[in-house]
Amino acid sequence: MTILQSLANRDRVFDFLIPDPSPVDVRHGPILYLEDVSVSFDGFKAINDLNLTIDDGELRCIIGPNGAGKTTMMDIITGKTRPDHGQVWFGSRHNLLTMNEPEIATLGIGRKFQKPTVFEALSVFENLELAMSADKRVMPTLVARLSGEARDRIDEVLEMIGLQTERDRAAGILSHGQKQWLEIGMLLMQRPRLLLVDEPVAGMTEQEMERTGELLTSLAGKQSVVVVEHDMGFVRSIARKVTVLHQGSVLAEGSMDQVSSDPRVVEVYLGEES
Amino acid sequence: MHWLAKPATERSTQIFIGVLTAALVAVCLLNLLLPAGHPLHVSTYTVTLLGKYLCYALLAVAVDLVWGYLGILSLGHGAFFALGGYAMGMYLMRQIGDRGVYGHPVLPDFMVFLDWESLPWYWHGFDMAWFAFLMVLLVPGLLALVFGFLAFRSRVTGVYLSIITQALTFALMLAFFRNEMGFGGNNGLTDFKELLTFDLSADSTRLGLFVASGLALGLGYWLCRAIVSSKLGRVCVASRDAEARTRFLGYRVERVQLFVFVVSAMLAGVAGALYVPQVGIINPSVFSPLFSIEIVVWVALGGRATLYGAVIGAILVNYAKTVFTGVMPDAWLFALGGLFVIATVVLPQGLAGLLAKRKRGKPTASAKGVKEATA
Repeated sequence: MTILQSLANRDRVFDFLIPDPSPVDVRHGPILYLEDVSVSFDGFKAINDLNLTIDDGELRCIIGPNGAGKTTMMDIITGKTRPDHGQVWFGSRHNLLTMNEPEIATLGIGRKFQKPTVFEALSVFENLELAMSADKRVMPTLVARLSGEARDRIDEVLEMIGLQTERDRAAGILSHGQKQWLEIGMLLMQRPRLLLVDEPVAGMTEQEMERTGELLTSLAGKQSVVVVEHDMGFVRSIARKVTVLHQGSVLAEGSMDQVSSDPRVVEVYLGEES
Repeated sequence: MHWLAKPATERSTQIFIGVLTAALVAVCLLNLLLPAGHPLHVSTYTVTLLGKYLCYALLAVAVDLVWGYLGILSLGHGAFFALGGYAMGMYLMRQIGDRGVYGHPVLPDFMVFLDWESLPWYWHGFDMAWFAFLMVLLVPGLLALVFGFLAFRSRVTGVYLSIITQALTFALMLAFFRNEMGFGGNNGLTDFKELLTFDLSADSTRLGLFVASGLALGLGYWLCRAIVSSKLGRVCVASRDAEARTRFLGYRVERVQLFVFVVSAMLAGVAGALYVPQVGIINPSVFSPLFSIEIVVWVALGGRATLYGAVIGAILVNYAKTVFTGVMPDAWLFALGGLFVIATVVLPQGLAGLLAKRKRGKPTASAKGVKEATA
């Protein structure tokens, strides 16, 4: 058979077209595993021999003073920044250092940025519809019809983020807090295994903070959630386990009470505040 | 529901198609049934003029599709319109046969005049209607594909894209002005005799072309509505307002832009092809940057991101142009500029925005654009 014939043979599916069937392997516990990760920018060590393990279904808060490397750590996990050395594993099967940003996103790591960006001209429902995992090429998108199942999924997420009543309103007229929730909802539409949430309550009112806390704790268990936050009150209200970063590596880890009584932590971080 | 059937359920599309059909039928009846002296009689001259407006309206819809929904301000859509027109013009030239001034059986007059021995290779096939009509779609589509591929892949957007589309149409104008190009130089293609065996000077053919333009506008409008009301349309609006975010969701924004841009260029080509037999000439002036900018003014005045606004704008501005150039030919460009200023300052949402304000419904896809314009 000539090459052309073999190319025309429709029965054959090329290896690269077969989606990777392996789900994230979490049989050994951790869903995210960082070992000896270092990265420096112009000689400044933003991350310095960082070791971090997130268990499946865990809600973890990461705190640390400015410049502790929190955002850089997120960048490394999502593939935006490549570390100088170290290992980053998602489950025990996927080496994140060999993957690019879209691949990591489709694998099931969702990231919420500090500043909410929702599509203001579209309704809340449509925002969630676009975020839903689906075939996102041009033609399939053009002919896409919303199945009942997809509609149920969107309504389910709408309920989780508490925006059912805003369903058909333009996202542009939502309040700041509501936009943050919608953005979290857009992440949830992609059924991520791991959610990275960067400063979710910045600029929120007390009430909105409380609801955000409820939302994040309700998500844990179904998916793993990593929250980077400055607001100590908020962290205390939701955290079961806290990691304190300082100068690019882990300074302390444990319950909020444990870390806040750790003298080193008090010195570098909590001490600053008081 | 099938994506092509969705516009049927939209109120705005129902009204638009209804008004368009009523207008077509009314003009045909008033032209055919009433005697020439009757005050309500629509002369064949007027029918052709209206047919021309309808072609412009289709062109405006094509521009609104990329500008209103994708946020790509093309200042070179006249080029696609002109290329469609030239493809049709080449077919009409070949139809002249040996009835030209020089009576050459194959070569058009201008080639005989230039002492050309034989037909250039790219003129072959244009004696066949199906081939020419295919080229009406393919030539603008292909240019848009290549141009868009290069531009969108390099993520050229915003004002930079506007400038290079402008350069594109200007370069084509200069090229088509050259006699060596083989498109009749600055005289263009003209002196057409018949289209598909119908005599172009006959009243019935002119009415037929008018109806064809109306049908093309209706179908083009329908197609655009189907695209913008599909999920792809929402991706367009999303990428218009937050391109990076849309990419982050996994959509290949540059491919969405390319697809819509090519569809738009093809619609512009169809509009040009229907325009040429009605005005009887196509020359490089259609490539002029000024014409492409004028199209943008029609859309801005009618209202962006509504599609029907583009139609209203195109027809009104061109009607005003017809009236104005009859009364005060020198003042037209000032009037056009004035209209644009008024549209930007007083009517940021265009005439369609006035309509929408009347019945304050739910926020439309254009809501964001307005915010930008007024900020």
